[in-house]
Amino acid sequence: MLKGEIALVTGASRGIGRAIAMALAEQGATVAGTATTEAGAQGFEKALSDAGYQGAGLVLNVGEPASIDAAMSQVTERLGAPSILVNNAGITRDNLLMRMKDDEWDAVINTNLSSVFRLSKACLRSMSKARKGRIINIASVVGAMGNAGQANYAAAKAGMMGFTKSLAREVGSRSITVNCVAPGFIDTDMTRELPEAQRDALLSTIPLARFGQPEEIASAVVFLASPGGAYITGETIHVNGGMHMA
Amino acid sequence: MSSVVDRVRKIVVEQLGVKEEEVTLEASFVDDLGADSLDTVELVMALEEEFETEIPDEDAEKITTVQQAIDYINAHQA
Repeated sequence: MLKGEIALVTGASRGIGRAIAMALAEQGATVAGTATTEAGAQGFEKALSDAGYQGAGLVLNVGEPASIDAAMSQVTERLGAPSILVNNAGITRDNLLMRMKDDEWDAVINTNLSSVFRLSKACLRSMSKARKGRIINIASVVGAMGNAGQANYAAAKAGMMGFTKSLAREVGSRSITVNCVAPGFIDTDMTRELPEAQRDALLSTIPLARFGQPEEIASAVVFLASPGGAYITGETIHVNGGMHMA
Repeated sequence: MSSVVDRVRKIVVEQLGVKEEEVTLEASFVDDLGADSLDTVELVMALEEEFETEIPDEDAEKITTVQQAIDYINAHQA
């Protein structure tokens, strides 16, 4: 379904990003997956080749413009210009606002939101020239609902949705679509850090009564990246077991 | 090395997907060559790349015809 496409997936060493990268590769895309460490990048590249898929693992710190430049030239050189960009890399620095430090705020906004600006910009020219492209931003249910202790994360994720709508309007004439997938609570390292009591409380708010699997986010991303998703742009697809119905 | 005029016209042909004979010196990118706002931005970026110069937004806005692009490059080239 995605043969001939080149996908760039940030934060691909584990969790949702890994599942997205593997799912795109399974559909025939050549996938560049990024990780913040050399070990993570190699681990991803090995997983990809073990499964018999095309692609590469790259080191990228999405918070650093210079690192983005370096990774972009590597991708373009090794695989070609990306036709699918999945902005997935993200961090949390949870704290109640009254206790939140400037660096906790700045780190989350820079890594989760400014990176989307920089990477989208870096990929747009070649997409524009090709008259096709897919930008898929991994937001969060928290960006739509809010969450105590995550003002920084929620602001970044809500910002991502506004960014998505604006860019979708800018580049629609080039057949480039820009969308968000907003996961609810997914069973990953990030949510495994939550205290037991909070996990139980969360479960009671989810109609489907379970956390999601990374593959269930990946399938929404694959859909948006596929020819079948071509007429959807500026949209946020919520994948959250019903905990938030937009 | 080809002249500034030739290089500018070549970029315009490539960026806007128009025929070479349409790219007269007086041609306006938007009115005559059918460029939209995104095309004009990409055109300026292509000029910046070709001539290794940076064109500030306030100058870029004033470049609306082929001749104006050529004049700008001639005036700002090292």
